[in-house]
Parts: sequence; structure tokens; C-alpha cells
Amino acid sequence: MKRLYVLLAFILLILLVLPMFLEKYTLGIFIMIFYYAYLGQSWNILTGYTGHISLGHALYIGIGAYTSTYLAITFGLTPWVGMIAGGLVAVAVALFKGFLGFRFGLRGVYFVILTIAFAEITRLIVSHIEALGSFSGIFLDFNPSFWNFQFRGNKPYYYISLGMMVASVGVVRVLELSRIGRFMVAIREDEEAAQAVGVNSFKYSMIALSISAFMTALAGTFYANYIFYLHPNSVFGMGLSIELILRPIIGGMGTALGPIVGSFILTPLSEMSRAYFSKGGMEGLHLVLYGVLAIIVVLFMRKGILTYLAAGLNKIIRFKS
Amino acid sequence: MDISLAIQLMVQGILLGGIYGLIAVGLSLIFGVMGVINFAHGQMMVLGMYISYWILVLVGLDPYLSLVLVAVVTAMLGYVIQATVVNRILDFPEAMQVVPLVSIGLIIENCILFMWGPDHRSPNTALGLESIHFGDVMIDASRLMAFVLAILITGLIFWFLRNNNIGKSMRAAADNRIGALVVGINVDRINNYAFALGAATTGAAGALLIPLIPVSPHLGHDFTLTAFVVVILGGMGNLVGALVGGLILGVAESMSTLWLPPTLKHVVSFSLLVLIMLFKPKGLFGGK
Repeated sequence: MKRLYVLLAFILLILLVLPMFLEKYTLGIFIMIFYYAYLGQSWNILTGYTGHISLGHALYIGIGAYTSTYLAITFGLTPWVGMIAGGLVAVAVALFKGFLGFRFGLRGVYFVILTIAFAEITRLIVSHIEALGSFSGIFLDFNPSFWNFQFRGNKPYYYISLGMMVASVGVVRVLELSRIGRFMVAIREDEEAAQAVGVNSFKYSMIALSISAFMTALAGTFYANYIFYLHPNSVFGMGLSIELILRPIIGGMGTALGPIVGSFILTPLSEMSRAYFSKGGMEGLHLVLYGVLAIIVVLFMRKGILTYLAAGLNKIIRFKS
Repeated sequence: MDISLAIQLMVQGILLGGIYGLIAVGLSLIFGVMGVINFAHGQMMVLGMYISYWILVLVGLDPYLSLVLVAVVTAMLGYVIQATVVNRILDFPEAMQVVPLVSIGLIIENCILFMWGPDHRSPNTALGLESIHFGDVMIDASRLMAFVLAILITGLIFWFLRNNNIGKSMRAAADNRIGALVVGINVDRINNYAFALGAATTGAAGALLIPLIPVSPHLGHDFTLTAFVVVILGGMGNLVGALVGGLILGVAESMSTLWLPPTLKHVVSFSLLVLIMLFKPKGLFGGK
């Protein structure tokens, strides 16, 4: 275990000095790697650890992005505070959703459908609200300053997203070792058995959902101030919900490093294949590629790539936990 | 409020509801037999739409006639999907069951995008602009036709499940998988047939919808969601419930246009979903 921490610290050190040597485009790819790793990690808390499948996590990204942006435009509130507000709105929505889904111990299927429905409906409603830009979306004005969460160049975004990713790993690691985390895993493994030994599965499912929603919403604010354009279809869309779950699944669900490994593998692949295919007028083919990849991983490497990676590394530097 | 408009909308809702019912029967059948939710259901329906569109444009065969062909093609696709992917994941934890089916939906959707491009298409069909008048109420002939055929196909499926040996085996497998294995039913093969049948119904529904709504590659999600709501409304795995649920949702959505812009009609299905989850989560008619 100790050796693993040393290895991770070493990798982190490299990532910290890396921007000095990279130009804007490559930096952008790294930002996307961190961004999706963070999103995957947030999703992982709910689905990987607690076992409740969410196919509508884009909902929280959208809520975070729209809340902080709306507050910034209307009241001039700094997105640094706005992102917390967005997170709290996301938690409120999540609690309502959780109340509907978890109350009867309705697992799996029902909850999945609820998550999809909430995301889709929010997308539709936001598309009809004039104050939120309705169908045409919101363009953010570019006023670079720390206060506005907007910066010239990619370096600040690089460090913010890196920080978010590292923090998310920290949160998951702390959860993993805590009582709450153990209860969550118990619920995932066998909800009835967990309840039989006194785990309040409703309560801990709600806690997992809230943490996950809050963290995801923070990423929404980051996205809004990095891309400068919000459209209901892109931040609430089903496409984004699917995109963000593929990384933890490929990397390994229910592990603290799976989403990170998944993102480091899939994001560069996705950025490159997207650029390659859309140049040839074959937009969408990179998603076909994703689909095939995800099926192969689920059928033949159910535990994700991390397990194989760890086994391989173990032979070299031996870090058994 | 205009009474004749309300009646008009209600009739339209019932007619559309029949097709919703057909789509949902396919979904409910697949769930009932295998306990798997087909997250690619809407995309399969869109594929059915495109195939019948293609046949119409290339050969000139009307969707009502190409219906059978479309059903056969989607059935074959369903069979292959079941045999290669879904049969392997039946014993997986739920999260792992969801992913491959979502992926299949993603693959179908983007293959469609690649083949036919992102444009909306609405071809002219034989009955396209015909309509029938009953007093103040006007009914599009193509809607009526779609409704009648949808009910007919649903009836055919009920008959098949009750009287055909394969159909009976499907019900047996749905009822008790182990029991079905014990009495010598090849459950894997029955699963293949069940998925093929479910896919065929949704493909056929797609062909019926071609004269009614313009088709575009990303239509699938909406219909997957609609089918889910219908199935939950009627009770998971309950086929009669799926049909009735379809009618209810069709009427509710159609009537909502009295008050809401049409683009918001999904808010109605969502509210229904929330209500049913609040008060009767097993569906109106009970389910698995």
C-alpha cells in the first residue's frame, strides 16, 4: 500500500510540472482527462460503491452549470460561491429522486428509469425557460479574473481540474475506509442482508446519492466557465450521461482509481477518434467505437482494466494492500 | 375550453396510445422473460422506421405492406443481440446488465446517423393526407390504420403466447426460469426468440409510425423513455398492463397539448411516472 502511495505521489508530481512543457491543445486533452475522471469518480460513489445505477448523471452537471451561470449573470455572484449553490440545488433534486426511488427498496430498473426521466425532463424544462436561454442556450461573457472563474490560457483550468480529480480520489478513499463507505458496499452486495444486520439502506443510499450529486454539480460549473457555452442538449443530454459512465466501467467500478485509469485510457482515445472521424464526415462513429469497447469490457473484463493493471504492476513493485 | 377540440385530441391520443402500447408490449415481454431491460428499445424502433423508409423510397412499397419485412429484419437483429450479448449477461449484477444494452442502443443510433445522416425525413405515404370525418371530429386515416394494425399485432402476440408451444415456453421461462429448465425447455433458445419477438414488435411499431412523424436518428431516447413509463404504468412484465398503459399515456399526452406547448408533452409522462412511483410503484395492474 505504501508503495502505491509513493507511486501515485510521483505521478502527481509529474502532472504538476507537466504544463511547463505542453502547448495549449495537449493541455486541453489533459483537462478533459481530469474532468471526466472527476465525473466518473462522482458517479462511482453512487453506482460503483452503493450499486444504484444512474444513467442520468448529466442532470447534476446541467444543474451545476446553469445555477452558477445564472447567479453570475443575474446577481454577479462569483462562480466560486455559485458552484456551492449549484451543488446544493443538485442535492435537493437528488433527494427528491432518491425519495421516489429508494423508498420501497425499488432497486435497479426503477431507479435507472427515474434517473433517465429526471435528466430528460429537466432538459426539456430548461429548454423552455427564457431566463436560461431556452433552446439557444447561454453564451458566457469572457471577463478573465480569478473572481469570475475565467482565465486566459489553459494552465489555470489544468490545475483546477487536476485539483478536483485528486480531491475526488481523496473523498472516495476516505469514504472507502469509513463506516459509511462500508455500509454503502454492504448495500451494493446484498441490500436485504445489509438491512437484516441493521444497516439503514434508505439513509445510506440517500447519503451516497447526495455526495455524488453535489460533486457532479461542481464539475458543471467548471465546464460552464471552461467552454463558455451552455446548451440544454449538451449539458443535460443522455449522450453525456453515457459518456461519463464509460470511464469508470472500463477502468473498474467500485475502486478509487478505476475512473482515473479509465479516463486516462478512454479520453485521449475519444478526443483523437472524434477529431479523426468528424474530419472524414463520419460523426458519431467514435460513439460506435465506445459502444463496442464497453460491451467487450463488460463481457470479458468485468472488473475493469485496473484489476489487470494492478496485477501486472504487482509483479514489478509488489504493493499488496 | 373547446369540447370538439378536446374530443379530437382524445381520439388522437387513443390512436397514438395503441402504438405506444405495441412498443411497450415488446419491452415488457423482454423484461418478463429475461428480467432484462432493453435500453436499446427506442433505437430499435427508429431502426424499424428507417428500414421501412428505405423500402418506401427504394422500392416504393408502402409501410403497411413492408411492415412484415421490417419485423423480420428487426427480429433477426434481436435474435443476434440476444444470442451474442444478452444471454451472457443474464447472471451479471444489474449495473453490468445495463451497460451492454445502452451500448447497443448507442451503436444502433450512431450507425443510423452514419447511414442516413442527421436530417429529419418524412416521406409521402399512400394514406398520408387522407382523413375521415365523424361530425366535428377528424381522424387521419394513417393514424387509424396504425392503431388498428397495432392492436391487431398485439392481439396476435397474446394469441401466440397462449396457443403456440414456443409462446407457452416463453411464459414458462418468464414464470420460473429454473422450473422451465427442469422440464426440459431450452431457456437460452427461448430467450433468443423472446428478444427477437420483442424487437420485431418495436420494429413493426416503427413502420407504423413512419407516416405519422418525421424520423431522425436521435428519436430513440424519447421512445425508450415513453416505453419505460408505459411499462411502469402498467406493471413490469404485464403485457395487458402495457397495452392499457400505452392508451392512458397516449390520451394524457395528447390532451396536455390543450395547455402545454407540444414540445413539453413529455412533462406529462414524467408526472405520471412520479405519481405512479409515489402511490403505486408496482404499476396499475401489478407486475414482477
